[in-house]
Amino acid sequence: MTEILGIPTAVLSGQLLLGIINGSFYALLSLGLAVIFGLLKIINFAHGAMYMLGAMVTVIMFDVMGVNYWVALFVAPLIVGCFGMAIEYFLLRRIGGQDHIYSLLLTFGVALMIQGILTNIYGVSGMRYAMPEVFRGGFRLDFMYLPYYRAWVICVALVVCFGTWFVIEKTKLGAYLRAGTEDSQLMQGFGINVPLLISLTYGFGVMLAAFAGVLAAPIYSVNPVMGSNILIVVFAVVVIGGMGSIAGAIISGLLMGVIEGLTKVVYPEFSSAVIFLVMVIVLLIRPSGLFGKEA
Amino acid sequence: MTKKLLTSAIASALLVGGAQAEISDNTVKIGYLADMSGTYRDIAGPTGQIALEMAIEDFGGKVNGANIEVLSADDRNNPDSSSSTVRRWLEDDKVDMVAGLVASSVTIAVTKLLDGSNALGLVSGSAASSISNEHCTPNHIHYVYDTYPLANGTAKAVVQEGGKSWYILTADYAFGHALEGDVTRVVEENGGEVIGTSRHPFPTSDFSSYILQAQSSGADVVALANAGADTTNAITTAGEFGVTQSGQTIAALLLFLTDVHALGARTAQGIQLTTGWYWDMNEEARAWSDRYMERAGVRPTMVHAGIYSSAIQYLTAVQETGSDSADVVRKRMVDTPINDMFASNGRIREDGRMVHDMYLAEVKTPEESENEWDLYKILRTIPADEAFRPLSESKCKLVSGN
Repeated sequence: MTEILGIPTAVLSGQLLLGIINGSFYALLSLGLAVIFGLLKIINFAHGAMYMLGAMVTVIMFDVMGVNYWVALFVAPLIVGCFGMAIEYFLLRRIGGQDHIYSLLLTFGVALMIQGILTNIYGVSGMRYAMPEVFRGGFRLDFMYLPYYRAWVICVALVVCFGTWFVIEKTKLGAYLRAGTEDSQLMQGFGINVPLLISLTYGFGVMLAAFAGVLAAPIYSVNPVMGSNILIVVFAVVVIGGMGSIAGAIISGLLMGVIEGLTKVVYPEFSSAVIFLVMVIVLLIRPSGLFGKEA
Repeated sequence: MTKKLLTSAIASALLVGGAQAEISDNTVKIGYLADMSGTYRDIAGPTGQIALEMAIEDFGGKVNGANIEVLSADDRNNPDSSSSTVRRWLEDDKVDMVAGLVASSVTIAVTKLLDGSNALGLVSGSAASSISNEHCTPNHIHYVYDTYPLANGTAKAVVQEGGKSWYILTADYAFGHALEGDVTRVVEENGGEVIGTSRHPFPTSDFSSYILQAQSSGADVVALANAGADTTNAITTAGEFGVTQSGQTIAALLLFLTDVHALGARTAQGIQLTTGWYWDMNEEARAWSDRYMERAGVRPTMVHAGIYSSAIQYLTAVQETGSDSADVVRKRMVDTPINDMFASNGRIREDGRMVHDMYLAEVKTPEESENEWDLYKILRTIPADEAFRPLSESKCKLVSGN
């Protein structure tokens, strides 16, 4: 068997593929963060909680009303997105224009409250969510067994990521968004409802997190603390990609998934730290991130 | 009450060198330290505090006329912050006993602080067998279970059923290392072989990479030397990647009732595990468990039962000796056999290990399971002497001859 760095190529290709799957989650989550920061300059520490809410809402809707996966894929992000817009309308709006640290602390507090309340109700052992019937089973590739569901995660995540990038960077709506945050008074002069635009943007960023949560529900333990574990990693991904850079968030998300995956083979003890090592190196060499514009 | 006082006065008088025989500040202060909000919340956490409070109520709320007070704190699975909590408890609050104690890393840090103090630690949640071995102190007792019997129960059974080559996924901290060591020993002693290990960070949510490595290793058995959400995540992922379909066996070395409940009988059926106690194992356990469930809304794990039982043992020792001084109480506890809803013929050894019968259980199938908590059938009782590390192998400095 051929080997690279002492690892059989079959193992390596399997790990690369898994890395891309994990990277898809990082990409979806960091994309939402990047949208919210890039357009609204809000450091959204509630992002992990929104991811968790997406998964929890999916499970609860199934348990209580029997809502299936496909419906949840649309409805759960909508519910969580509306919740996010309520947070923006009632809380974040009041500290608009202040230093970043205020939005950071506020969203962090909101996240802790949501997590605490749900922990008290549901505990942390996790809730069951059965894999949808169509996804049972998998492809038998030469180098690994790829469950259908994981393949689905890559495809749908890439489509959503690309779609978001396209809308923000290439369409008129995206241009309004970017302009509205650049000079909101001027935009309001043009008859654009900027406050609504901001609410919608925040809601959309939150929806992306919740969407990742729905995708995670069948494969990861769904519990109230699942978001806090992933949040810090996702922040590192955004910093590596360049704060606010949409394409940077997507690419560095996938890249970090792969790097983490390979570390899990070579030196698994270090796999939770490797992303932060990359972050330190990137910050030393390019302080604005791989794809960030120089400040 | 006067009668109680009188008996305690006599008991105190009978003690040799009775100068120490008193309850400091006329209060027995218990500090309850457990994971209140993280991964291990459900195996002890707030529901463990309910078990502790039940013990105090059942005891009558007072011991020899002294008040019993409970302080509690979240250990956040963090040895550093837990150490500062316990230091404060010892110095400012004059805590006499620390209960709970879940993550092994936290317990090892905390018992180092207790060593030489006047407080006693009753460890109910932790698994690392090193806690009563190289990390033993005269100031703590390891009550419920440890990694030695876990390996002895599950690993032995699986090897004897033909699982000869093993791949171990280990949580990368004190507990995982201890469990991995104990399992490796048992596997090799029984003619098996460990062909690979992956040490994953704690906590890990995505196990696909490790499962893939375990699959490609070709081992007969994929063993999980981790706990809580790590274990349930790994079992779910193993199911998704078809580990059992391809002929490998999964051995979860530490599974709590709450984990199996979270997985459900459908996913977890057939998994063998070792436990120190099961709520439905006998009449006394069932009766206590019913009372507990009324309060807490869930069935108790072995840790909940251990917190209750050890607290009763502790308070009884305080009552009988009339002292809350760690060395006096510990000595009395070591001298007293334990027969209650938790254990029959349990005894606390000089190294602080409470030895009692352990049980090899199998998760019921959905058809066998009558309700959501009806999850185990007991396959075998592992006698106390066989289950735990014998004193002859002990590295504990308290064991005579060491």
